[in-house]
Amino acid sequence: MSDSRTLTPLKYLGDLDYSVVQQCMHCGMCLPACPTYLETKKERNSPRGRIALMRSIADGNLEVTKEFGEEMYYCLGCLACTTACPAGVNYPELFENARAEVEYHGVLFNPERRFWRWLTLDQIFSKPWMLRAVGRLLWLYQVSGVSWLVRKSGILLLAPRNLRELEPSTPVVQRRFSDELIRESEGPSVTRYRVGLLTGCVQDLVFPDVNRATADVLLENGCEVTTPRSQGCCGSLHAHNGDLDQAATRARDLLDRFDLSSLDAIITNAAGCGSHLKHFSNLLKNDPEYASKATEWDGKVKDISEWLVEINFRKPEKASGSGSVKVTYHEACHLCHGQGISSQPREILKSLPGLEIVELENATHCCGSAGIYNITQPEQAGKLQQEKVACLKKTGASLVATANPGCHLQIQNGLGESAEVVHPVSLLADAYRNEKHS
Amino acid sequence: MTLLKSRNVSLLERLSAVVADGDLLTESEDLIPYGFDGTAAMKNAATCVVTPRNVDEVAAIVKIADAAGVPIVTRGSGTGLSGGSIPVDGGIVLCLVNMDQIIELDPANLTILCETGVITKAIDDAAHPHGLFYPPDPGSMKISTIGGNVANNSGGLRGLKYGVTRDYVMGMEVVLPSGEICWLGSKCVKDVAGYSMKDLFVGSEGTLGIITKVLLKLVPRPKARRTLLASFDSMEAAARTVSQIIEKQIIPCTLEFLDRKTCGCVEDYAQVGLPTEAAAVVLMESDGPESVVEDEGNAMAAIAEANGAINVEKAKDDAHATRLATARRTAFSALARIRPTTILEDVTVPRSRLVEIVSYVEEVGRKHRLEIATFGHFGDGNVHPTILTDETDKEEMERVEHALSDIFDKTIELGGTITGEHGVGLAKKPFLDRQFSEASYQLLKQVKIALDPKGMLNPGKIFDLPASIDS
Repeated sequence: MSDSRTLTPLKYLGDLDYSVVQQCMHCGMCLPACPTYLETKKERNSPRGRIALMRSIADGNLEVTKEFGEEMYYCLGCLACTTACPAGVNYPELFENARAEVEYHGVLFNPERRFWRWLTLDQIFSKPWMLRAVGRLLWLYQVSGVSWLVRKSGILLLAPRNLRELEPSTPVVQRRFSDELIRESEGPSVTRYRVGLLTGCVQDLVFPDVNRATADVLLENGCEVTTPRSQGCCGSLHAHNGDLDQAATRARDLLDRFDLSSLDAIITNAAGCGSHLKHFSNLLKNDPEYASKATEWDGKVKDISEWLVEINFRKPEKASGSGSVKVTYHEACHLCHGQGISSQPREILKSLPGLEIVELENATHCCGSAGIYNITQPEQAGKLQQEKVACLKKTGASLVATANPGCHLQIQNGLGESAEVVHPVSLLADAYRNEKHS
Repeated sequence: MTLLKSRNVSLLERLSAVVADGDLLTESEDLIPYGFDGTAAMKNAATCVVTPRNVDEVAAIVKIADAAGVPIVTRGSGTGLSGGSIPVDGGIVLCLVNMDQIIELDPANLTILCETGVITKAIDDAAHPHGLFYPPDPGSMKISTIGGNVANNSGGLRGLKYGVTRDYVMGMEVVLPSGEICWLGSKCVKDVAGYSMKDLFVGSEGTLGIITKVLLKLVPRPKARRTLLASFDSMEAAARTVSQIIEKQIIPCTLEFLDRKTCGCVEDYAQVGLPTEAAAVVLMESDGPESVVEDEGNAMAAIAEANGAINVEKAKDDAHATRLATARRTAFSALARIRPTTILEDVTVPRSRLVEIVSYVEEVGRKHRLEIATFGHFGDGNVHPTILTDETDKEEMERVEHALSDIFDKTIELGGTITGEHGVGLAKKPFLDRQFSEASYQLLKQVKIALDPKGMLNPGKIFDLPASIDS
């Protein structure tokens, strides 16, 4: 392997602090937590197996190969292994650098993949205006009847297979995005805190109401809310897909939009974004202009449920005569594993009148959404979705609370009409509204 | 080289004919992750990995390997801590994780029969609804396979009262190095027909046969348990407490010890409220009828207090008790937070000598300028001195070797054993002859030669044989 051939120099895995690679002591505690290992029972599909491959590459004993690339993209990046790991291995950093290495070496190159990566990572999700323009077009497509026509006409048969299969599960884009629902600055009657609000990308287009609910709940708890205009993707999508340079650009763009010194916290309501947003300092550690700002940023980013519990949010008053609705809670991977936030969303749910909380079996297991995994690995994603849906149905709950747009869509697609998926903060906002009406 | 390659090609062809697609792995990316187990600083490349689905496939693989003269290393989940399942040069790795069926739970005879790829915890989970209990609980029980447990005669946190894996093995199916399949043992509580052959295979570390099924004994599930956490300002006081509990003829199910460093790491990971300031913490658990656990709990608390315990605290409830025991199981892995390489030992001494070995380990750490954390199953006299080091630092690794050598010599001097539950494998092979007399050391080898004359199964583990046999 390494003896006779000259290896292409490494850009990412070679630069990593070796202690990060060495941290895994291969005890195997991660194996029972890993969805892909449980599926195949092959070591390469496990966290310690993947780390062994990364280490072999860093040590010069293995080249960056197509097989390695495929393995890195078979990993969901759900981070269940980090919760299971007593040794404290920094798997997110290893995983992001490994995928970046795969892209840098181009081992998975094919023209179609290149085109989709260019369109999504380099264009749509790198340019806030373009994201909104695409959102607007999608909305038009969905409301104008063209989508109905397209489905009926069979024209999709001409489209590439994965596009054809995805079309029916395309999220429904809303007419008005966050900037139209939330003013740049909104204040409560008495200001206790000043916070910035992140509107996200998918959240902004598909669930702007969750952003509005987040602002409402913050206002209700004495937070002055600043929502900078035209925010784009935070770069989590790029970082998770091997484009660390573009992720750094997105991070700088976001840092420029907030005046950190005037804010007590930066609030996010999307788990996948939050677990990325809290690590800007790592992404920008070699950028002298932004490094210190990024560190300050990391300390201020809070998931909405984390922040609400921290400031001891006001529990809504009991509405009279409300019946009992069963709700269950699915833990988004990047909330429970990525940020260690598990009890806070439940605390919010517990505070709500008229709700009975039913615990979900395997609540922390990945639903298969995993960023864009359901697009890149539909088969494995589908299996996990089925398992999740089966557990959800066992609870008999008519409401499923979860705090990440990806999970929200994946679960709603899996459940169909049988239950409604909702962000915990939307339920809290509703409860506050009901107080006023009753 | 060409000859070796062509020999491999025909070997792979023959193997692929007996297992399903996807059950024979040959690509580098597939093999690298099978180059190690849970042991620090040890790895070796596998030539191929085969993951059979039933005993006939195993037997066919063994026959093919025998004909080709290629050795086999059997493994389960690869959580071993002595390098026992590390591949041998040019050998086949036979991984049994796909043989994971529980075949029969017999509540009338209190037994369970399963394939050896079944996860240890799954056995107790299956027993639970019947009011039954499978006590052996090695630290890795959530992922270790029962086959690996049997082959290493694994212990765990409950060894003190309930014994080790061996005490539960009633029978087994074994594939011999020739490829013959044989059954040993029975469901009978008494069975003295012939040599107790099954016992020969328990703890044989894959060197004598490939265990494909095991028949295990189950016991009634204890009705109640009481968990206490006592903290001390010296390791000696903790060790003395444990020795006195045993001396007073109290046999709780668990008497676990953690030093300050271990407590700090475990608490850092698990956040279960372990005292991180005390020099030593003892986790005590009594199980059985309600009245017994009450009495034992009080008696143990009194002994701890008499030995100057700073604090003795009761677990709040069952869930808290489980969290404490679960956290304790992560001790070894959690210690990896401090230094890059974590070398774990499992020397065991007669329980009356605990204070001596614990003090000696501290002394060795000072002498060789090494960071050593100690935890372990004090109730069994089983201590886990864990050296926190860096395998890339050659000079420090030399000091590690000296420290290990000192600890083993002292253990043997105290009438102890160099391994209580991890097995010899590769890690303790160089030290085994110190513990054995020449006659007993030779006896080990004679058994191996009698059962596996060609050295087909896991050669080079436990001891080396003369080259003529080993190759």
